[in-house]
Amino acid sequence: MKLTYLLLGTAASVALATQAAAFTAYVSNEGSNTVTVFDTETFEVTATIEVGQRPRGIELTKDGKHLLVAVGDDDTIEIIDTKTHEIVGTLPSGPDPELFTQDPEGKIVYIANEDDNMVTVVDLVKRVPLAEVQVGVEPEGMGISPDGKILVNTSETTNMAHFIDTSTHEIVANVLVDARPRIAEFKKDGSEVWVSSEIGGTVSVIDPDKREIIKKITFEIPGLRPESIQPVGVRLTKDGSKGFVALGPANRIAVVDANTHEVEDYLLVGQRVWQLAFTPDEKYLFGTNGVSNDVSVIDVAEGKVVDTVQVGELPWGVAVSEN
Amino acid sequence: MQMVVLALLLMPASIAPAAGAEVTIGYLHGPRAQEPLSLVEVPAENDGREGAELAIEDNNTTGRFLNQSFSMVTAMVDEDGDAGAQALALAEQGASFVVADLAADALVKAADAGRERGLLFFNIGAADDRLREEDCRPNVIHVAPSHSMLADGLAQYLVWKQWRRWLLVEGSHPEDRLFGDALRRAAKRFGAEIVEERIFEDKGGARQTDSGVVQVQRQIPVLTQEAPEYDVLVAADESEVFAAYLPYRTWDPRPVAGSAGLVPTSWHASHGQWGALQMHSRFQKRFSRFMTALDMQAWSAVRIVGEAATRTGSTEPSAITAFIKGPELGMGAYKGQKLTIRDWNLQVRQPILLTDGRMVVSVSPQEGFLHQVSELDTLGVDRPETRCSLP
Repeated sequence: MKLTYLLLGTAASVALATQAAAFTAYVSNEGSNTVTVFDTETFEVTATIEVGQRPRGIELTKDGKHLLVAVGDDDTIEIIDTKTHEIVGTLPSGPDPELFTQDPEGKIVYIANEDDNMVTVVDLVKRVPLAEVQVGVEPEGMGISPDGKILVNTSETTNMAHFIDTSTHEIVANVLVDARPRIAEFKKDGSEVWVSSEIGGTVSVIDPDKREIIKKITFEIPGLRPESIQPVGVRLTKDGSKGFVALGPANRIAVVDANTHEVEDYLLVGQRVWQLAFTPDEKYLFGTNGVSNDVSVIDVAEGKVVDTVQVGELPWGVAVSEN
Repeated sequence: MQMVVLALLLMPASIAPAAGAEVTIGYLHGPRAQEPLSLVEVPAENDGREGAELAIEDNNTTGRFLNQSFSMVTAMVDEDGDAGAQALALAEQGASFVVADLAADALVKAADAGRERGLLFFNIGAADDRLREEDCRPNVIHVAPSHSMLADGLAQYLVWKQWRRWLLVEGSHPEDRLFGDALRRAAKRFGAEIVEERIFEDKGGARQTDSGVVQVQRQIPVLTQEAPEYDVLVAADESEVFAAYLPYRTWDPRPVAGSAGLVPTSWHASHGQWGALQMHSRFQKRFSRFMTALDMQAWSAVRIVGEAATRTGSTEPSAITAFIKGPELGMGAYKGQKLTIRDWNLQVRQPILLTDGRMVVSVSPQEGFLHQVSELDTLGVDRPETRCSLP
């Protein structure tokens, strides 16, 4: 009897130790037209999937069965089976899709069409377009509120965050932000939306109810020219306590206290760090380094870079599967 | 007859009061510049203007959200025409801002004529340093890079490559001399040595003839033979007389840079970095041709006005002008960092692309050329050296 207890105890602790790791990361390589697949426990590359031309935006469907990859130069979004790595279909994304997001139920995809000043709404199940929303010049970032009611799209040349009502597909507010806004990311409780401005060098924290900027996060790194600090990727922890901002050619990821909006630390990563993604358990954060062709692995709790994974050319986006 | 004249005089005035939220931008251009030697570089009829048109559309897309609208009126100055009168004619049509593709003298005339009316000009066509220096004007923003910015951008790269010994070949026209002066200045600033200077005399005659290739093949080696040891031939040929004939024809096997070979410019169809790809793709979709440096300069000028209107939330010309000249303007223009304006001579700070005609070879400022304020100020005339004094 005692022996059995002991055995059970050991098994439980082993399970706990390895639990954190059983995920799969997918990285879109804009330069080599591939998606690199790696294991988040071993950080070993397990597969390379050939995709269409200029893959950038990358996300898993909510059920984890499919990977969606925006292949801008082919004017479509490819649907990849995460088990077989086969391309099983495409979405009518409209021209030059770059970034997209899904509604919380995973039934609708909202896609930014850079060349046409448009956001295309697509039914993910039927794979048909539902609507088009005219937005500002060069739409890019796409963030959706946790309740799925408000979509925030950023336009890079108009320099606005457009708040779109997802039930009417009408713009309900426009918030002017700093130059070349790239990413819009909601806090999980819906209390804030963060918008990064690449050329402006700031992150605007917007109150989604008032649709006003409540704080502009700025970055300062000794020895670096302010022009080289170009915020792009933004991720916030589920509990809303920490934000991570990829600073592009500054080769650093800023760690921000998401309550006070003060920068706590700068983590040195690879060259031109672009997009970020957490593992589902938020143990690790991955950052794509566009110029050094690798992905930096950050231990979130430790606040340290712990590994680097070699991927394809010009890695752009990253998504991590629950499976 | 008298009545007709009267009507004509009255008409512009009656059009002038624009709708509350409208910004009218004038586009003023001179006669077509000298045809280039290369047939593939012959500019489109609306070179420059279509860049401005796209920016008007971009401004209107943004303006929709702010209840602001933008329109463009155009005028041309003939060879011996009066640039001042044409600028005022644009003002009569409601323009408060004028994008000017003019030669240096015409630009100064237009600017001085428009000053009382509060016209703000954007120089997109003249690289002459004197317009930013002794002949600077408080109502002219220079979007086009100056000769010295172009020369400095090129020089930094040549020095980085350790191609420090230059053979300078200059054309015989005054404007060739201006670019030549900028190259001489750049050599001195960045530690290159001009081992010898030669002049290519423009003797006139047919620019392209059936026997051209044969003649040129013999002429250029003669022009470049018996030169002292050099690393790179640097050409100053603003008049499009000879530089395009230099590559592959020099006596010694040497690369060519300047007005041919590796050319410094503000924009090129092969520039794809920093979102430039999407700018090209939007332009090509709209106009079915490549976007040139002049198009980009015109686009940037009109976008600066639009950006100021967006940021101030105003279509009032004085508010827009104050914002443009103030410290807050910082505009994205697909060059990896924001465009800002030098307050000492109203020159737009910008990186310089170096292109071989097919690819962007590099972008200056080069690594290691440091500056206490902005590395972009390693290109062109810096604050302590300026001869411009603005009121």
